[in-house]
Amino acid sequence: MKKPLALAISAAALAFTSAALADDPKEGGVVNTIIQPEPPGLVLGMVQNAPTRTVSGNIYEGLLRYSTDLEPMPQLAESWEVSDDGRTYTFHLREGVTWHDGEDFTADDVVFSADVFHRELNPSARAVLQHVESIEATDDHTVVFTLKQPFGPFLLSFEAGTFTMVPEHLYAGTDFRDNEHNDHPIGTGPFKFSNWERGTVIELVKNDDYYEEGLPYLDGVNWHIIPDGASRAVAFENETIDVLPSGTVENFDIPRLAEMDNVCMTEEGHEYFSPFAMLWMNNREGPTADKRFRQAVMYAMDREFAKDVLWNGLGNVPLSAFGSNARFQNDDLEPYDHNPERARELLDEMGYDGEEITILPLPYGETWTRWAEAVQQNLREVGINVETQATDVGGWNQRLGDWDYDLAFTYLYQYGDPALGISRTYLSDNIAKGSPWNNVEGYENERVDELFNEAATAFPDEEREKLYREVQEILHEDVPVGWLMELGFPTLYRCDVQNLVTSGVGVNDGFKDAWLDR
Amino acid sequence: MSFFARFAQNRGALVGLIILLLIIAMAILAPLLFPESPWRMVQRPFLPPLSQDGFPLGTDTMGRNVASGLMHGAWVSLLIGLVSTSVALLIGVPLGAIAGYYGGIIDDVLMRFTEFFQTIPNFALAIVLVAIMQPSITSIVLAIAIVSWPPVARLVRAEFMSLRNREYVEAARLVGQSNTTIILRQILPNTLSPIIVLASLMVATAILLESALSFLGLGDPNVMSWGYMIGAARTVIRQAWWLSFFPGVAILLTVLALNLVGEGLDDALNPKLSRER
Repeated sequence: MKKPLALAISAAALAFTSAALADDPKEGGVVNTIIQPEPPGLVLGMVQNAPTRTVSGNIYEGLLRYSTDLEPMPQLAESWEVSDDGRTYTFHLREGVTWHDGEDFTADDVVFSADVFHRELNPSARAVLQHVESIEATDDHTVVFTLKQPFGPFLLSFEAGTFTMVPEHLYAGTDFRDNEHNDHPIGTGPFKFSNWERGTVIELVKNDDYYEEGLPYLDGVNWHIIPDGASRAVAFENETIDVLPSGTVENFDIPRLAEMDNVCMTEEGHEYFSPFAMLWMNNREGPTADKRFRQAVMYAMDREFAKDVLWNGLGNVPLSAFGSNARFQNDDLEPYDHNPERARELLDEMGYDGEEITILPLPYGETWTRWAEAVQQNLREVGINVETQATDVGGWNQRLGDWDYDLAFTYLYQYGDPALGISRTYLSDNIAKGSPWNNVEGYENERVDELFNEAATAFPDEEREKLYREVQEILHEDVPVGWLMELGFPTLYRCDVQNLVTSGVGVNDGFKDAWLDR
Repeated sequence: MSFFARFAQNRGALVGLIILLLIIAMAILAPLLFPESPWRMVQRPFLPPLSQDGFPLGTDTMGRNVASGLMHGAWVSLLIGLVSTSVALLIGVPLGAIAGYYGGIIDDVLMRFTEFFQTIPNFALAIVLVAIMQPSITSIVLAIAIVSWPPVARLVRAEFMSLRNREYVEAARLVGQSNTTIILRQILPNTLSPIIVLASLMVATAILLESALSFLGLGDPNVMSWGYMIGAARTVIRQAWWLSFFPGVAILLTVLALNLVGEGLDDALNPKLSRER
């Protein structure tokens, strides 16, 4: 996925090396960037929205961070060991780390964060914690996690946004949601919270006592809140803003902005999330309940066209349920190419009678609206009678939660491992009315359940790979959902902002290593 | 002097009529000249006008033929304009006639009801209605009709109030005609000319309203209308001017033509009132 444009900052894990190859980093300066939309709160773990992760990833830290290849890198944990049976994980914490209020960070904070704080507040951490038998601090700087059975993706779940380290001395024994420190988050990260002027700007300042020598280089980061997309583009053009995180301007504006002088673009920094666009297909009723119909939809769609025209050629057309960034991808499967002839054959074979079906676009802006138009046209060309229904975000959530749809657009994060981000879409015990994020399509297949569950706890990785390859074959044949695209989420920035994206979660924790060449 | 001759005396009206006929021809010929759906992605995106045969107005963000969209859009715009105006007349004329003819408490009740609609800003109400009913051709036509009938009711009421005590109405009453007959056969025909003039202007307003709704993304997502074309082109206006320019010109010309025709009709239907030209 590497693009030449990203070369300058692609060194990822080895931030220091790449910086040394270029010039010596300069200290000082403040970076102005955008946060869109305004986050509802800044305490990670309590609030999980994407904008919170983006801002607070610089205030808080996790035990590990991840390279753009999703290899774990040291953060608060200096080193770690996994026992041979895959059940015991020992983390050795860095010494001399202090919270922003001066207290020491110790193993007790880790136990409190994982065992108490996240167990109570954080559903994504809870999903991982159900595999954990005990968490113990064996001394001030060593923490041991003992699992009930091996859980392959365990090492991938320590990212700051999922397993945030929160200070025990401020939260223990309090009502977490009403804690007075929620308005002034205290973390261990390279930047400290300074000021939040609602609707205008969130200001972070350099943490002078940061434990990594010489870091951060910047004096601060200001996250501006500008509600209108066109105004955000203008603010970048007139150099008020140095960094445009992905999703802050319309796709159609990106080529124009990227062509400006002194503007660089990178697609890196979303490997951990790997946003995957899908077409929900209602497996319960109507023509979409027929496997052949769903396959016909896959053949009818011109996904390369959508990629080139709507997403400016960024991103990747997936083979099947596992994206190219996911582990254990089975690349022997036959791709669903754009093949209207084959689609028509399948529709004839099932005896599709022209029953009208509806399509719900994702109400997230122009690109998604255009995309729904393109898919509708693709489907009409093979003879599927499809009508678009426009909704707002609330209506979209509700219709999907109530299973009141035929086809609907969405995109989901993959979180690096199939057990964290992929299986949730296909497991039958994840069917529950009311949420647009679970097994919304209503796909039930015992063998698939078996394989996914076995693979999540199989050990070692070769075992998992075998199981996951089989599950992909079944899914590829059944097409429970349409696999549209692995989205390319480009970050635009002034080229003199160096070392911006150095990890697989991108600008969420990137300002730690960034410096200004001005 | 014949009706048409009086109409044609107003040069502007004649020009308006010609433009309007051209647009109607566009709407009718659209399926013949461009039998394929205007949604079909047929060429490279962002082709400028006249750069390729068969695409005189270029292609849009997804490679759809702008000329085809413009012609199919004419049909949508005219249809919405005419139907919603008819619906508005169906609501406004009876209400105004009853209020004006009977007067008194009936008039009070109906006029307060009308004012209730008049005090809410038109466009805001239309947005709310379409959002509640889900965007579709039917909901858009209804919403436009619901926000545009009050002026009709007001006009018809005023006409009825001035006509109801005329001698020919008294005479009709004396020979024992029922109220319904008097309203329908005696007074209503005499109020037709101002209604026709108003209606022609309402068609223009309805086209503008529909365009504004589509521009905001509240159009029927299954039909290609001019407002939709401009709305979709808004984000790329700096890269591709032609995407919003041509539908914009089409809306301008249609609305202008309808206004000119309305004025001409006014002159032709009320020869005594018409200004010297």
